[in-house]
Amino acid sequence: MPDTSAPIAVEMRGITKRFPGVLANHKVDFAVRVGEIHALLGENGAGKSTLMSVLCGLYQQDEGKILLAQKRELSPVQIHSPSDAFDLGIGMIHQHFKLIPTQTVAENMILGLKDTPFNLQMTAIENRIRDLADRYRLEVDPRAYIWQLSVGERQRVEILKVLYRGANILILDEPTAVLTPQEADELGAVMRNMASEGKALIFISHKLDEIMAFADRVTVLRSGENVATVEVSNSSKTELAQLMVGRPVLFTIEKPPSQLGDVVVAMEKVSALNDKGLPALDNVSLEIRSGEIVGIAGVAGNGQRELAEVVTGLRPTTTGRITIRNRDMTHQPPYQFIQQGVAHVPGDRLGMGLAGNLPVSDNMIMKSYNREPISSGIFLRNQMIRTFAQNLVKAFQVLTPNLETPARNLSGGNQQKAILAREITAGKNLTKGDEPPFLVTVYPTRGLDVGAIETVRRELLEQRAQGVAILLISEQLDELLALSDRIAVLHGGEIMGIVDAAEADIEHLGLMMAGELHI
Amino acid sequence: MIHLKFEKRLEQSRYSFVGVLVLSIVLALLFGALLLAYAGANPFVAYAEMAKSAFYSDWKETLVKATPLIFTGLSVTVAFRMRFWNIGAEGQLVVGGLAAAGAALFLPEIVTLPESPWVWIPIMMTASILAGALWALIPALLKAFLGVNEIITTLMFNYIAIFYYQFLYTDAWKDPAGRGFPGSARIPSFTKLPRFTGRVHLGIVIAVIAAILIWVIMSKTRQGYEFRLIGENPTAARYAGVNLFRNIILVMILSGGMAGLAGFSEISGVSFKLQQGLAVGYGFTGIIVAWLARLNPFGVILVALLLAGLLVGGDELQMSMQLPAAVGEVLQGMILLFVLGADIFTRYRLRVVQPPVALTSGD
Ligand SMILES: Nc1ncnc2c1ncn2[C@@H]1O[C@H](COP(=O)(O)OP(=O)(O)OP(=O)(O)O)[C@@H](O)[C@H]1O
Ligand SMILES: [Mg+2]
Repeated sequence: MPDTSAPIAVEMRGITKRFPGVLANHKVDFAVRVGEIHALLGENGAGKSTLMSVLCGLYQQDEGKILLAQKRELSPVQIHSPSDAFDLGIGMIHQHFKLIPTQTVAENMILGLKDTPFNLQMTAIENRIRDLADRYRLEVDPRAYIWQLSVGERQRVEILKVLYRGANILILDEPTAVLTPQEADELGAVMRNMASEGKALIFISHKLDEIMAFADRVTVLRSGENVATVEVSNSSKTELAQLMVGRPVLFTIEKPPSQLGDVVVAMEKVSALNDKGLPALDNVSLEIRSGEIVGIAGVAGNGQRELAEVVTGLRPTTTGRITIRNRDMTHQPPYQFIQQGVAHVPGDRLGMGLAGNLPVSDNMIMKSYNREPISSGIFLRNQMIRTFAQNLVKAFQVLTPNLETPARNLSGGNQQKAILAREITAGKNLTKGDEPPFLVTVYPTRGLDVGAIETVRRELLEQRAQGVAILLISEQLDELLALSDRIAVLHGGEIMGIVDAAEADIEHLGLMMAGELHI
Repeated sequence: MIHLKFEKRLEQSRYSFVGVLVLSIVLALLFGALLLAYAGANPFVAYAEMAKSAFYSDWKETLVKATPLIFTGLSVTVAFRMRFWNIGAEGQLVVGGLAAAGAALFLPEIVTLPESPWVWIPIMMTASILAGALWALIPALLKAFLGVNEIITTLMFNYIAIFYYQFLYTDAWKDPAGRGFPGSARIPSFTKLPRFTGRVHLGIVIAVIAAILIWVIMSKTRQGYEFRLIGENPTAARYAGVNLFRNIILVMILSGGMAGLAGFSEISGVSFKLQQGLAVGYGFTGIIVAWLARLNPFGVILVALLLAGLLVGGDELQMSMQLPAAVGEVLQGMILLFVLGADIFTRYRLRVVQPPVALTSGD
């Protein structure tokens, strides 16, 4: 049980942080107690990551101060850089991991440490890692190479890295966004463990269930301001959502009956390899009709990414056939798929979906730059690009100071919205309206706030109503059940079975996802 | 204890680069002054001489030397924009020069065309663009199909071109009437670029037009958008349907073609024959030009003028103060060194660190 009289570990007072054209944090007061898990909640672009970046020295606040408990007393500290923060025992685990894939866990651990001796005693380091791992139940093999590890394991390494450096205050920015529900539960247990050892944890998440389950207190930010700090035990999901969005949020949405049309995409016994050249898809056969959402359930790493890349032409198939509206598309380049109205919201935002250094407007035209009206002949039409991008930004409420801002400066959720905006529009524009487009979405609501999730889900259903064929890859069963017409379960690159979403049985799905049931 | 520390800047100032450039030039001049003083010259007098020569008395020479630098600077700019590390502009320049000289020397004997610059200049330009592009195409194909590192291949191709060119002007194309001096025969007068004043020739105008053209391609066309996208994120480019092979090959044709034009303008505008002095490093200096200009085509023009001025000023030092002409090149090198070194200040800031307050407070 959290101790409400526990001393404050760190306090931020009146923090204001501006970016050109944006007030990211405005006079935010925020305090975390020793032994507490303190959740930070807020809409996309509310300023959560910014506030935490100030605390861990990545950004400097324009106003306000930070006080840290030192020898039982709160005293002001100057944090000018992440290494200052580390010296003060503050460590941040970023959403995008910063590990070197070709090195081992132990090597990554000591990377950048100032006091590593010239002749490394790797066994001593490995032992220390094992001790820490045992203590906090963060099992990893210190000798494993990062590239061999799953996303969940990599995250454990990131946490260990921060602990290894002796952090007492840990900041986790959307740690569960990339995890499976089981992994997220495990992470929750690990966090509890760390809190009971006297660490202070700050935990950013958009998932209200997780916050209710793991956190002691929650601070809600809205438009850069602290609107409330509440005890989780005295609050509810509905209240938190209301605080955060400023209006009531519906957690369930109405799914009208489907109006199935012709088959848009058909995969026949398709197999493919992953990046390491190992089999990733095994004789996958799947059909998606116009007006249908087919969900793909499965534990991450079972071929979801490869499936999405194969049906968009990004990954070669080894065997099998892919047709789109009866046209054979096997071995066609991505460009031909795009021409056929195939749109794709990839799972990796900054890796594939956006060019982070290019302005928002350049990113918005990625799928339409070579067509009227965005270009005419060989020339781009700047005025058209502006209007086009402006419309997308408006229609999908992408929060950006202007269209020239580099995409990487958008908040995580707004990057996702920008991609969704572009892809949903792209498919429609391509097929002249008479042929149904095909939309592949991989984790479409990852990193979105509850309000935005609601909007995106509605939009997907709206697309379905307009006859778009949709492949929805998700790790969240509730999302799959709420949106899909049929759910296919992927395990080890194989489809274990396809069930009608209306009659789906969660236990059966679970067994199929674990590879124990094949129907 | 107080110490100095580098900190990453997350918010880079838009103008910090200009500041850094100016600072680098000042620092390079200061260090150059030390060298000059060591060589026994008064640095102030020397710099004044250099500046006077480069931008006043010999300004025409500065324009002459800036011409090939603009072309090679553009060549490197185009390729680097797409993160294609073409360091083969020197070789592409040489083959461009060979093609221009070859066309001028031998083509008139084969085909009968009006003996007018209006006919022959375009022919020579085309020949040099094609030659430079072809020379660049081989590394591009190796990269596109086999993933061979372009830095190595483009660098090596420089030497193949340079040695072949030496063979030509000392042997195969050597002018029998040249009284033993290595060099080809002179090109016919109708293949020469018209001169304005001094040695300033039409090449400078073509170079400026090329810069405008490159700027238009880079920032106004679909093609430029594809180059940009690939440069920033090749995975995203592929995802957007961009054909990477096609673009690697296109960018190298453009880049090689620009370098080829540098060779053409040297042959047709300055030397009028193939001789020693075509491969004097304009291709390599082009890398410096492009980098200092931050891959901006108009910046290339300005930087090319500045570096050409340093070359001309260096020559002046040799003549009037008996100092080595290399002073100009030393300054060039130092400016680049300081810019690269100072680049760290646009990305990091230096801070005097006092021990964190909290660590000393309390008891
Ligand atoms: N480096 C930057 N330059 C300019 N603007 C920025 C920068 N970083 C963040 N911003 C802006 O500050 C605001 C707050 O962004 P922040 O990343 O803190 O949001 P967030 O609450 O973490 O949102 P999300 O839930 O989407 O991750 C946004 O409007 C964003 O565009
Ligand atoms: Mg964020």
